[in-house]
Amino acid sequence: MATRVIAGKTVQVNDEGFMTDPSEWTKEIAVEYAKEEGIAELTADHWKIIEFCRQSAATSGKAPTLRTITAGTGVSTKELFTLFPKGPAKKVAKISGLGKPEGCV
Amino acid sequence: MKKLVILGAGTAGTMVASRLSRILDSKDWLITMVDQDPVHYYQPGFLFMPFGVYEKKDVIKPKEEFIPANVRLVMSKIELIEPEHNLVRLADGNLLPYDFLVIATGADIHPEETPGLAEHEWGRSIHTFYSFEGAAKLADHLRTWQGGRLVVNVVENPIKCPVAPLEFLMLADWYFTQRGMRDRVELIYATPLPGAFTKPIAAKMLGEMLEEKRIRVEPEFMIERADPDAKKIISYDEREVEYDLLVSVPLNKGADVVGRSGLGDELNFSPVNKHTFLSDKFDNIFVLGDASNAPASKAGSVAHFAVDLFSENFLRHVEGKEMHALFDGHANCFVESGFGKGVLIDFNYTQEPLPGRYPVPVIGPFSLLQESRINHLGKLAFRWMYWNLLLRGHKVPLPANMSMAGKWKN
Repeated sequence: MATRVIAGKTVQVNDEGFMTDPSEWTKEIAVEYAKEEGIAELTADHWKIIEFCRQSAATSGKAPTLRTITAGTGVSTKELFTLFPKGPAKKVAKISGLGKPEGCV
Repeated sequence: MKKLVILGAGTAGTMVASRLSRILDSKDWLITMVDQDPVHYYQPGFLFMPFGVYEKKDVIKPKEEFIPANVRLVMSKIELIEPEHNLVRLADGNLLPYDFLVIATGADIHPEETPGLAEHEWGRSIHTFYSFEGAAKLADHLRTWQGGRLVVNVVENPIKCPVAPLEFLMLADWYFTQRGMRDRVELIYATPLPGAFTKPIAAKMLGEMLEEKRIRVEPEFMIERADPDAKKIISYDEREVEYDLLVSVPLNKGADVVGRSGLGDELNFSPVNKHTFLSDKFDNIFVLGDASNAPASKAGSVAHFAVDLFSENFLRHVEGKEMHALFDGHANCFVESGFGKGVLIDFNYTQEPLPGRYPVPVIGPFSLLQESRINHLGKLAFRWMYWNLLLRGHKVPLPANMSMAGKWKN
């Protein structure tokens, strides 16, 4: 498994730079990942989503789907695409340190 | 006399009833099943219907045939589950009290959740093969279709049988080649996932297959709406994919009654312990098959392996003992790849599909993550196994939890 140093911390990542151990995540890491994804600043609206995803994954063991996020936060899918342009499910998962959304193959 | 009520007489519910009716003493237990549809569907067969491999009659049988003699089947809609009162209210007014409840009400498609899908073009230029009626209608449509751009779109995960959309496209490649019209057909797969294959080893082993079959992938496509008049689907990030024929895999949800009864998540899937299928909320409710929120594939093989372990666990649980047969999310699926070949995948919650040889007594081994003819034959033979062994509660010589035997780790 590869590692990388981000926000001063060494974390385990997969080939595409997604963290593989959610417990290594910090808020500082989220800020750095967000910058890499083209989000210059994480606002309160962003944090609300990120925190929901962290909590959801802590109980379910996987990154939530967009529908889980919209139902759990009251933020519409359209707004999610504004907050995390071009693929919020993948971007939120990356920024929240939750691994890539996957199928079974 | 203890009362066990099983809601749903589909794949999981029927397997549970068959298995438990063998091991629970009928002097002590009254088992009742409830379902609203008298027909049992062999759902894996829906994939083959559009291409004329199976006809309607190949995938249906009366449910009654599979209900064990000591189990009562009530045909009715379910109005409400009242878990605080250990009671199920039926739509016909009857009440079913229970000591233990198994919810096996499955999942179904909801095209009405996506604007533009289930409107005037539904069944004309917009089809699905995720229902019996849909698959039959699509078969009629394909027989006279003159070609054009065929788009398969998965609205959102989770869906039943996550590989079926890919299988559909690979079978379509074969079907149109055979009919001498492949050059007049464009095949496109618009998926909300980052790609057709998201697991690294499967992507490496199978990634080129789609290119060879000239199937184009439109990744991370989250559909917002279909425009049935302009014949295009539009994503939330405003990408447009035009089609002549849209084959949709609509949003999958659990049964409404699960949601109405306060037992579901936002998609009406019922939260459970993913190793035992015991409800998160009630100690006398289990949820099996597609109805639960377990992060396993929604597939018959998962239901089968889960039921294998559940029946052991259930006996212990009713005696107040700890359940020790813990399910690992094992799935074992033949993936049709067209031209009489298939790929076998075998995986669980934590182990991604690996290549190798899957051992099965007498008829195996089957090749894992590689195309072979025997895998295709295995898929076709599975229908016989389903009707004759699985639904009737016979043990099949496959381990319930995943085994590393035959798998290549490097």
